[in-house]
Amino acid sequence: MTASAASLVAPSLPVHTWVEIFIRQLAVQASWNYELLLGTGIGFCLEPALRHLTGGREGEAYRAAMARQSAYFNAHPYLTAVAVGSLARAELERAPAGQIERFRTALCGPLGSVGDRLVWAGWLPFCSLLALAAFGLGAGPVAVLLIFLGLYNVGHIGLRIWGLRVGWTHGMRVAAALANPVLRHGPTHIARAAAVLAGVALPLALERIIEPGRALLGGVLLATVVGAALITRLHGRVEGWRIAVGVLAACALYAVVAR
Amino acid sequence: MTPEQLFTVALLGAVIGLDVVSFPQAMISRPIVAATISGLLLGDPAGGLLVGATLELIALETLPVGASRYPEWGSASVVGGALFALRPTPTSGALTMAVLGALATAWVGGWTMYVIRRFNGAIARRWIPTLGLGSGRAVIAIQTAGITADFVRGGLLALLAILTFDPLTRAMVGLWSLDARLSRAVVVAAAAAVAAGAVWKLFHNTPGARWYFAGGLAIGLLLLVIR
Repeated sequence: MTASAASLVAPSLPVHTWVEIFIRQLAVQASWNYELLLGTGIGFCLEPALRHLTGGREGEAYRAAMARQSAYFNAHPYLTAVAVGSLARAELERAPAGQIERFRTALCGPLGSVGDRLVWAGWLPFCSLLALAAFGLGAGPVAVLLIFLGLYNVGHIGLRIWGLRVGWTHGMRVAAALANPVLRHGPTHIARAAAVLAGVALPLALERIIEPGRALLGGVLLATVVGAALITRLHGRVEGWRIAVGVLAACALYAVVAR
Repeated sequence: MTPEQLFTVALLGAVIGLDVVSFPQAMISRPIVAATISGLLLGDPAGGLLVGATLELIALETLPVGASRYPEWGSASVVGGALFALRPTPTSGALTMAVLGALATAWVGGWTMYVIRRFNGAIARRWIPTLGLGSGRAVIAIQTAGITADFVRGGLLALLAILTFDPLTRAMVGLWSLDARLSRAVVVAAAAAVAAGAVWKLFHNTPGARWYFAGGLAIGLLLLVIR
């Protein structure tokens, strides 16, 4: 079947293949390395779909597609679902190899930067801060776990399912779907909501942790402001957690030596 | 520490370490989750949550972006939660030592992730000719090797860390002379400063973020007053 003829009839995949692709999606980074990044992960996720090519696992089309799809690839792990959906469709529609390779390369940049802003710098801190706010308001261990894991994974799993759907629906014309308002404006709105939550969560969480040291609250606030100012000044040179290691190690040594 | 507790920490470290990158990235590896589960399994969920919340404040600044090297918070938080839960009665240095032990483990854990990535690269290089022939089996073998190595990495890291830091914590807490209030205040100040720096790092490029933060802070302080 030629590419033009194939595009007239959209291919379809059985439900169990989609389930297998989805589960494999969760392990897309299992062999992350500095040479291929998550290239083999993409091949791994696509493999159940590629078995439906003419000739099955032993067929020439399967082998050519697997070789193409296991090469270098980089993107945000959740948004690789978009790539997997659209590449699966492109392969099953037997699009020209060169076109698939160019499309695959073009996907890397947008799927990486959008995902990093939307998830790592937006949704994850938002959910963390919400869990910290719940902790500060007195929520118990199980409630905090349920709030964080429940909310975070609604976004996480939802994004992966959406990615597979939109990729499969649009195939190699998926660029238009990436202009979705959620992807374009979502990071800004989530960041603003997270900034509000940060303001709410920090004093509440710190007040709960400090418990016996409440009498020293003034000193703690002063140290926090000075420490935060130092960390922001040193931004890009020293990470805050390294400074925390130094401070706590010095405190522990003093506590033992000053005995 | 009993062999059962050691086994629990190692297994949990392996499962949660796997979540950081390899499978399924559902964020059970976040400190507030991992340390709480660790405390829960060792009989002190509230203590685990306390350590987890403190570590979560510090971990806020870490963006787990692609090829960058960052602390491995998952297995480290399991160790932190365990170090606190294993102290029979809360003593003044227990939280400091649990957080310090977790931070040190996270530091080493970041290096072990780099080693695993190099290991994965070596495996992939060995299979590249077969990958070029379009072998599905080669892809599955590479993924399986990666996930197995990461599982072992997390388990070994948690095991070695708890074997190192549990006796050290016991000895340090026994010699601890600093007042409980001051000890706790130092931990809180360190975590708060890192968290405040992280909030600035995350949101300072967002238009109007400082006003949103100020509004939230007003709400937070009001809630503190009226509670």
